[in-house]
Formats: sequence, structure tokens, C-alpha cells
Amino acid sequence: MKPALAGVLGVVSLAIVIELAVQAGWVSSLVVARPSALPAAFMRLWSEGFVAGPVGITLAQAFTATGAAAALGIPWGYWLWRKPVLGEAYTPWIGAAFAAPTVLLFPLFLVLFGRGYATTVFVGFIAAVIPIVLKTREAFLGVPKVLLDVGRSFRLSGAALLRRVAFPAAVPGIFTGLRLGLIYALVNIIGMEFLIDFGGLGRIVSEMYFRFEIPGMYVAILLIVLVSWTFLAALSRLETWLRPR
Amino acid sequence: MAAAQIRIATLVVILAAWELVARSGLLYQDVVPSLFEIGSAFFQMFFDKETYWHFGVTAWEVGAGLAIGYLLGVAFGFVAGTRRFFGAAVAPYVDGIATAPKIVFLPIVMLLVGTGIASKLALGALSAFFPVAINTAAGVRQVNPVLVRVGRSLRLSRWQMATRIYLPALRPSLVTSLRLGFGLAVVGVLLAEIKLSSAGLGFLANEHYSHYRVADLYAVLLLIFIIAVGLNGLMGRFAERR
Repeated sequence: MKPALAGVLGVVSLAIVIELAVQAGWVSSLVVARPSALPAAFMRLWSEGFVAGPVGITLAQAFTATGAAAALGIPWGYWLWRKPVLGEAYTPWIGAAFAAPTVLLFPLFLVLFGRGYATTVFVGFIAAVIPIVLKTREAFLGVPKVLLDVGRSFRLSGAALLRRVAFPAAVPGIFTGLRLGLIYALVNIIGMEFLIDFGGLGRIVSEMYFRFEIPGMYVAILLIVLVSWTFLAALSRLETWLRPR
Repeated sequence: MAAAQIRIATLVVILAAWELVARSGLLYQDVVPSLFEIGSAFFQMFFDKETYWHFGVTAWEVGAGLAIGYLLGVAFGFVAGTRRFFGAAVAPYVDGIATAPKIVFLPIVMLLVGTGIASKLALGALSAFFPVAINTAAGVRQVNPVLVRVGRSLRLSRWQMATRIYLPALRPSLVTSLRLGFGLAVVGVLLAEIKLSSAGLGFLANEHYSHYRVADLYAVLLLIFIIAVGLNGLMGRFAERR
């Protein structure tokens, strides 16, 4: 038997156990939704416009945040590589920010921007820009010196050296930063939507909870897990495909 | 200019710019409080007995949540790392849930254990579990196979294999797991506190926010950051010491 099949069987058996436990009354259906109730709940969410629209809203925010983070973070990372003393000065700070719980600053963003897309996208932007800066600098640092020397021996100007040699060599590393940035932005934006009851997917969980629609809440949470996982898997595939072999 | 000088200069410029913005009146009143207001709010916190109570609640939630999530994560990661088939079967599900933001599980947790301290503790445990499990499983797979074969040839029992072979070989990975788990447990607990709670530093931050005491809000967040970054740095030091 293949592991993937065993995994599916495991999930199905778990669902059956939960179903039986709820039906037997060992676990209240007000706490754990019956797995058999989830498809109907999904259809209801779908017909009420709680699936496609919110997924779109959340993804649009994640891409906006990551786009802005790339526009700022890639030049910033490049600059930290071009001026080594600046890289030495600032990289430890950016590294510390990477480990710091920046998402906890969101009440401040609420004060600054109000309860709206500006706050959710800004939280995503902060989450995305840090890995993009760090990975871009690392990518340029990893460009083999030989390549740069060859470029210089052809008397390429600074701009041409960047465009023809350094940047193409750094692309896979920069993409790693973009991948991390996009995933962090997505995850933080969903969390933020849940926390402030605003926006796309995260808000649906909050809304279902307040309506006490337990199966709907479980569907929304599963949808978030599915979207996060699909994103992670798709981007990892894309990255392997982009890497030179 | 050396790196250290650049850092000091940058810090001075940022703080000066901050103070300038705060005094310019360009933004709504108090959105960016003056550094002196934040500083005084920060020091006043230490003379307020309530701060210590809220800090204690959060410390308990993070500490106990991390302990539970860490132990379960190490145990699960150990099994997933040594039993390849099991590891491969559960990997997609673990990765999927690990990627999703844990805070959205808060409603389920609250239905299961109520809205009190237990729910924050559980969310901390849930947040810590996944990175610890994944990191431990990866660490187990990277243990030098020679060590494992030596253990087998000495006919060590399963318990002896775990404590005498894997545990020492996994030390660096276990410390890294603790750091990862701690970082995420802090975020999980505090976000849950901010969302719904009646005690803890997250509750305190939310109280200041809803009463628009912005300087106090900055002060609480500053305290949280100092503790989180400080402890993370300490664990980093510990990890480097062999």
C-alpha cells in the first residue's frame, strides 16, 4: 500500500469515528460537526456567496501585499548586497524582525489605518517584505564570483552587469523569498480577517461562529487549511520547476 | 562608517522622525504618541500591580501551552521520523494544517474547552505543536545512520534507542524546535487573548485599544516584544553552545 492511500484511509476512518461518536451522543454536535453534515454546509456556504467571493478577496489581498513587498523588498535586498556595510548593519535587525511576533502589532495598525483593507494588507505586507529582503540579499551573495568576473572582463557597465549577470543568477533565490513572502502574507491576512471580522476567508469563520452554525464554521476552517496547503504545494512545485537543473 | 555607527545613526534618525511626526499635528491626535509619553506609560506599567497579574496569566498560558505542544510535537515527530511509512502518510495533512493560520481554530477550541484560560493555553499548544513535530521528524531523519546501527548491534531496547542514541543526536534540533514552538506559542496565545479574553497581556492591549489609550497600547506591545525577542535570543545563545 502506498503512504498516500494509507493517509486517505486514515482520514476517512477518523471521519467515521467522529461521525459515530457524535451520533451516539458522546460528543455534542454543538461542539464537533458531523462529517456527514459538511457537504450540505459547504453547499449552503457556496449558495450564500461565502466561498468563491471570500477566497478571491483573500487571495487578491495576499497578492497585493506581496506585490508591494516585492517592489520594495527586492531593491532593498539588492542594495544591502551592493553596499556590504549596510548589509552588515541592517541584516541582523531584519533577521530579528523575522523572528519577532510582528503580527501582534495589529492593534497599532488598526489605530493608524482603521478597520479595513489597509490594515489587513499592511499586516500581509510586513509579513512578506522581511523574507523577501533577506532572501534577495542571500541570492545576490550566492551569485558565483566567477560569473561577475566574466561580466567585468567583458567590461559590462554596472547596470548591464546587474541585468545580464547578477540578476538572472539570483532569480531562483529571489523566488524563494517571494514564495515565503506570499505564504506568510496569505496566512497573516487570513488570521487578521478572523481577528477583526473583516474581508474574506477569515471573516467567514468568525461569522459562522457568531451565528453558531457549527458545520459551516468547520467547512470554513477546512477551506482555509485547503487554500493554504494548495498554495504551499503549488508554489513549491513552481519553485522546483524554475530552478536550473 | 562601521556597521555599529550606521545602526546608531539610523536609530537616532528614526526616533527623531517619530518625535517630529508626533509633534507636527499632521496625524490625528495621539495616533503617534510622543516618545516621552510612550516611555512614561512604559515605566508606569511597572508600578501597576495589574500588569504583573496579566503578565503572569500570559506567562502561564504560553509556558503550559508550549510544554504540552512541545512534548506532543516531539513525540509525534519522533514517530513520524522513525516510521517512514507513517511519516509519509501523515505528511500532507500535517503540512496543510501547519501552513494554515492557527488562530482560525480558536472557535473550535473555545467550543471544546470554553472561552477561559484553557482556550488560550490550547491555542498556544496547537501553534507550537506543528513546527515542533515537523522539525523533529526532519531531525530524526538526519540522524547519522551509523549511530542507529551501533545502537541496534548493541541490541538496545526501543526506549534505550530513544534516550541513548536519538536524544543526544537530536539535541540541536530539539533546541531549534523549542525556539520555533515558543515563537508561535507566543503569537497564538496573544492573538487569542486579543480576540476574546478577560486577562493577560493581550487582553490589556485590547483594553487600551478600545479605550483609545494609544501610548499605553504601545507600551504593552513594547513589553511583549522585549520579552519575546529577548527570550528568543537567549534560546539562540543556548543553541549555539555545544
